[in-house]
Amino acid sequence: MFQTLLHKRDFYAGGLMALLGAGVALDSSTYDVGSLTHMGPGMFPLMLGVVLTFIGILIFGTSLVTPLGEDEHILPRQKEWRGWFCILAGPVLFIIFGHFFGMAPATFMCVFVSALGDRTATLKGSALLGLIITVPGCLLFSYVLKLPFPLFRWGI
Amino acid sequence: MVSTALTDLWFGFGVALEPHNLMWCFVGVLVGNMVGVLPGMGPLATISILLPLTFGIPPVGAILMLSGVFYGAQYGGAICSILLNLPCHPPHAVTCLDGFPLTKQGRGGAALGITVISSFVGASWGITEMIFLAPVLVTVALKFGPAEICSLMLLGLLAGSTLARGSPLKGVAMTVCGLLIGIVGSDIETGTPRFTFGIPNLFDGVEIVALALGLFGIAEFMKSVNQLSEVDTKYTKVTFKDLRPTKDELRRSWPAMFRGTLVGSLCALIPGTGPTIASFIAYATEKKISKTPEKFGTGMIEGVASPEASTHSSVQGDFIPTMSLGIPGDAVMALILGALMIQGIVPGPQLISEHPDIFWGLVASFWIGNIMLVVLNVPMIGLWVKLLAIPYKYLYPSALFFVCIGVYSTNNDMFQVGETIIIGLVGYLLLLLDFHPAPILLGFVLGPRFEENFRRAMLISRGDSLVFIDIKNHPISAFFVFLAVLLIVVQIYVRLRKPKALVDELKMNAETNAIAQAEP
Repeated sequence: MFQTLLHKRDFYAGGLMALLGAGVALDSSTYDVGSLTHMGPGMFPLMLGVVLTFIGILIFGTSLVTPLGEDEHILPRQKEWRGWFCILAGPVLFIIFGHFFGMAPATFMCVFVSALGDRTATLKGSALLGLIITVPGCLLFSYVLKLPFPLFRWGI
Repeated sequence: MVSTALTDLWFGFGVALEPHNLMWCFVGVLVGNMVGVLPGMGPLATISILLPLTFGIPPVGAILMLSGVFYGAQYGGAICSILLNLPCHPPHAVTCLDGFPLTKQGRGGAALGITVISSFVGASWGITEMIFLAPVLVTVALKFGPAEICSLMLLGLLAGSTLARGSPLKGVAMTVCGLLIGIVGSDIETGTPRFTFGIPNLFDGVEIVALALGLFGIAEFMKSVNQLSEVDTKYTKVTFKDLRPTKDELRRSWPAMFRGTLVGSLCALIPGTGPTIASFIAYATEKKISKTPEKFGTGMIEGVASPEASTHSSVQGDFIPTMSLGIPGDAVMALILGALMIQGIVPGPQLISEHPDIFWGLVASFWIGNIMLVVLNVPMIGLWVKLLAIPYKYLYPSALFFVCIGVYSTNNDMFQVGETIIIGLVGYLLLLLDFHPAPILLGFVLGPRFEENFRRAMLISRGDSLVFIDIKNHPISAFFVFLAVLLIVVQIYVRLRKPKALVDELKMNAETNAIAQAEP
């Protein structure tokens, strides 16, 4: 019984919501809750937290009564670690390069690294795509839309 | 009343036809159509990416452009589903069922032509409905006190979350999460920072652009990376001439179109039943009343005309509660409302009287925009079809750049980009757990107003929480609460009994998904 439960998606989904709700409810009681007439900042989140916990328990409960579905794997069958990593790394590099080197290097790195996430991507192809996006992209945002973000900078 | 509506509409055409507004409308429709055609990009992602670009435009232009993007992307999605059998956008999933077989028979062009006509018919009806219905709703809504607004929002939130895709319970959970994200930041009355984890950048709350781009940008890319194989473009040679349907096809489509329009407009009146449900019901109706139901799925032109008309009429109808009551029915409407709020416009029943240029300009621009769509799509179909061949591996990195720079440009702050990454990661985890993140946006946009009105209602009633169901003093509020309870009861009943219609719909849903995966 417990073994099959551990394989169910809703077991985790419900658990996550219940935990989140409980966390919010506990945290909001550190703010001023006030009375029903004069609600403090903590009242509304407290109510939402309780509701969310309740819904989480309900989702959890439905996982107890429904039979095991065909596809209960949480991660998709094909794990795209490379794709996931590259998609997240692109914007991270955008932040880092944008902060230290300016818009143009940031754009290039963002497109280049995230393009590598595709299984068929090559270094050369991705770099080319990076260049193709960077040039018009920077022209658009820097000259047409006048975004206050220097194309190149050093340090800070 | 009819004459005032017509005068107002005349005024609206004046606003929408001003050169710069016309230009923004055109830009919106063009970009929306272009991005909507691209496989793997739906209207939600498109609008969120373009949202930051509208900050510098005056409010009327911004809203015309965003709505243009919305129905342009809707239309583009139809091209994608008919020619490639890729339902990039849920309302078009049913269109695939008969649209793609038609394409295989070499009648894809005709199916697209019928789509152009039916979406125009559907949209025109939806707009007419908006012209006459919205002012009526407003006169009622202006009498609402905080208690009524609160109950109405509760109804809207419940309908928006339980009638959307997936499990209703999970939808409600997502809405509550959205309400909670809306709380982040300083409290409106006391200024106490809530759930900010001591980060000063969060004192102003979570940025709607960051939330939308995280959920519908980054999370969506993580889901689709390496999943969309290269599209098969062997059927996509469609030229201007192919768009003309034969006389017989037209004759069969007209009644289907009107039936679809009717279904769509009825669905639009029920809050929360968006275009997806409307298109499914329209297809099912068409199949039921047809003399040859067994032929559906093998390329019946009615199976394209009816759902497309229904989708577009319900899309336009969705604008009614959004603009007249300030209560969005789905995530797209929530985004458009969010864009209005960024421009400093308070949504709600006073919007039409305070900003008549926005409301009537928008109504008029729907027509202009839909005519533009026809004009754009008929001669340029060859170009759109070429766009279908752009592989996803080039698309998503470029889109990611727009995500990053768009979020950065809202406040010129790199912190927001980090926020988007985290929201995207969490959004993907939620997707893996079978949560659909769209209701989050609904809750997020309505959250602060919901809390404010809730507090006010409780203050006026001196802490009596029964004020919402007080039939004597607040009959309207009691009615809304009654509807909300009815909605929940019906949902539970439907889930437990599993009537035939629901089972059919689920089966159809599974079928379309199967086709989409088997023949990409």
